Amino acid sequence: MRHVPLSITAHTAVSAMGIGLDATRTALRERRGGLAPCTLPGTPEGIWVGRVPGLEEVALPEPALARFACRNNRLAELALRTDGFAEAVAEARERHGAERIAVVLGTSTAGIEETEQAYRRRDAEGRLPADFDFEHTHDLYALPRYVRARLGLRGPAMVISTACTSGARAWLDAAALIAAGVADAAVVGGVDTLCRMTLHGFASLELLARGGPTRPCAADRDGISIGEAAAFALLERTHEGTARDGLALLGAGASADGHHMSTPHPEGLGAMAAMRAALDAAGLAPRDIGYVNLHGTGTRTNDAMEDRAVTAVFGPRGVPCSSTKGWSGHALGASGALEATIAALCVEDGLIPGCLGIEEADPGFESDILTENREAPGLTRVLSNSFGFGGSNCALVIGRLPA
Amino acid sequence: MRVEVVGVGVLGPGLPGWAASAPVLAGAAPYAPEESLALPPPAGLSPTERRRTSPAVRLALAAASEATAASGLPPASLETVFASSNGDGQVVGAILEALSEPDGVISPTQFHNSVHNAAAGYWSIATGSTSPSVSVGGHDQVFAAGLLHAAMRVSATGAAVLFCAYDAPLNEPLAQCRPTTAPFAAGLVLAPPARDERRLDPAAIARLEIRYRPEPAPPPAPAETALDALAAGNPTARGAVPLLRALSRREAARLVLPMLEDGCIEIAVAPC
Repeated sequence: MRHVPLSITAHTAVSAMGIGLDATRTALRERRGGLAPCTLPGTPEGIWVGRVPGLEEVALPEPALARFACRNNRLAELALRTDGFAEAVAEARERHGAERIAVVLGTSTAGIEETEQAYRRRDAEGRLPADFDFEHTHDLYALPRYVRARLGLRGPAMVISTACTSGARAWLDAAALIAAGVADAAVVGGVDTLCRMTLHGFASLELLARGGPTRPCAADRDGISIGEAAAFALLERTHEGTARDGLALLGAGASADGHHMSTPHPEGLGAMAAMRAALDAAGLAPRDIGYVNLHGTGTRTNDAMEDRAVTAVFGPRGVPCSSTKGWSGHALGASGALEATIAALCVEDGLIPGCLGIEEADPGFESDILTENREAPGLTRVLSNSFGFGGSNCALVIGRLPA
Repeated sequence: MRVEVVGVGVLGPGLPGWAASAPVLAGAAPYAPEESLALPPPAGLSPTERRRTSPAVRLALAAASEATAASGLPPASLETVFASSNGDGQVVGAILEALSEPDGVISPTQFHNSVHNAAAGYWSIATGSTSPSVSVGGHDQVFAAGLLHAAMRVSATGAAVLFCAYDAPLNEPLAQCRPTTAPFAAGLVLAPPARDERRLDPAAIARLEIRYRPEPAPPPAPAETALDALAAGNPTARGAVPLLRALSRREAARLVLPMLEDGCIEIAVAPC
């Protein structure tokens, strides 16, 4: 399906790398990661996480929205206030009308951290506390409803929950929504927060890195460090609005593995299909891509599969590749949105970040894994991969519009 | 957005499949819900995977299978949109229970089954499909949100899409704050309306014209019948039952389903 480019007219990101785009790009340039030993109570031993500092103190602004209070919506709020994002959406609202701007967001666990707390506050009969608001915290729809209300929008709201592709898939579906004429612009992105469910869940699958931060693409990689993040972008048709340095979503593609619930297809067939679909949608060939931001979770199986898939699409050492999860950790349902924004920053800054925390790539890999930053002033297009449980795959092409 | 309905599936108490349920939904036969609902084990999965499927996944896959079979389209050719408010809430509830114990140890199988796209994942494994798939939520408006999403996919890709919405009851204590009285699932295969002679069109049941409107939906009519009560007690059924009723009557109809406090979708139904 050929995709019409959509301008990224505003964007923002909050993660362990930093609050806002400037902090994020400085962290990338100075190779300063945000992972640290996990100090949250009741979490697995010896793990590192990417935690957003001060999140607990973020207040939701309006009394009418106080019922949405939970860690996930606090993180969303923090990002909306950053980089002038809410103000940019307000300007877009004047251009398009509030009813023509959709909100399409991804999350895997929404406000379930609030439910975890509520379970610990059950009464003698096992009932949840009366002040626990399932609908506005735990429920997946709470995230886009909060963002839509906070931004004063009246277009459709959609929540996508396809595990670790949720945030990337939100970009893809927002583009389809605009193509179908349902909206003229969309607030897209993803938000996921640290919670005991995912920390213990990945621990149960023996997929967490222990004793140090994740080391994606290293020969001795031993798993994921989980992070939390919120990343938003405002997408508009290219002839409308004020394009941010010509940055755009050029194409998006998705596929399913149809193979296994928690293990990717060993040859990466689904991953290849998603990358090829994204390139086709953008009308580009593999040689047109200057950098691949890998899903690169740091697990044995994901990184090996992704190396094979990238090599199949781009050829051996065909394109510089890295994972930025050594900085942010794996932000699960927000990772695809965070990395779409990182891809845009890489294009803006002419920078290809090398994997953090590893000295050399797995010698068995055939793709061109960078372990140091590389200046790339001519970088115009980045492909960003996301893969998830249930065999869900999504790839985005972010880059500059042709002048 | 215009789509054609080319396959329907339904499963809920007293609604064992579209052919048997259509007269009930149309009001031509009495509605007689049974106490418990038999959920068929999904075909196409290995015995190990079949054992791992929960009631919510079996519910979803039954409606998806029926709709796909009715469409005559190859299952692996269809993009899918799975919509659920509760997702696999029983699995999520069991994990929350385990997390509230001091050691917090949870089951790896339960964890990978807890993702909202678990049903979609099992469907793609069962059908050997590599077609794109998305899973969405939407609280009490989940059917409307999912239908809009599916119609948008059809419109954007020009290809048929399997839309499957499902919700199963939660266990205590989550059930207190999210009452769901009975399991219910609906499947619709939606195809683009343009009759392309190169494409083998299955027989369409109805044409739908779907649009989003930035205004509140009118308040729902009070529940009078047992079928109304089923619809009121299940997030998916809230939106699905009115549409399935309109399809079963084979009459033109105009429905308005709430999607947000100040947003709704309007569906014009025209029988084929």
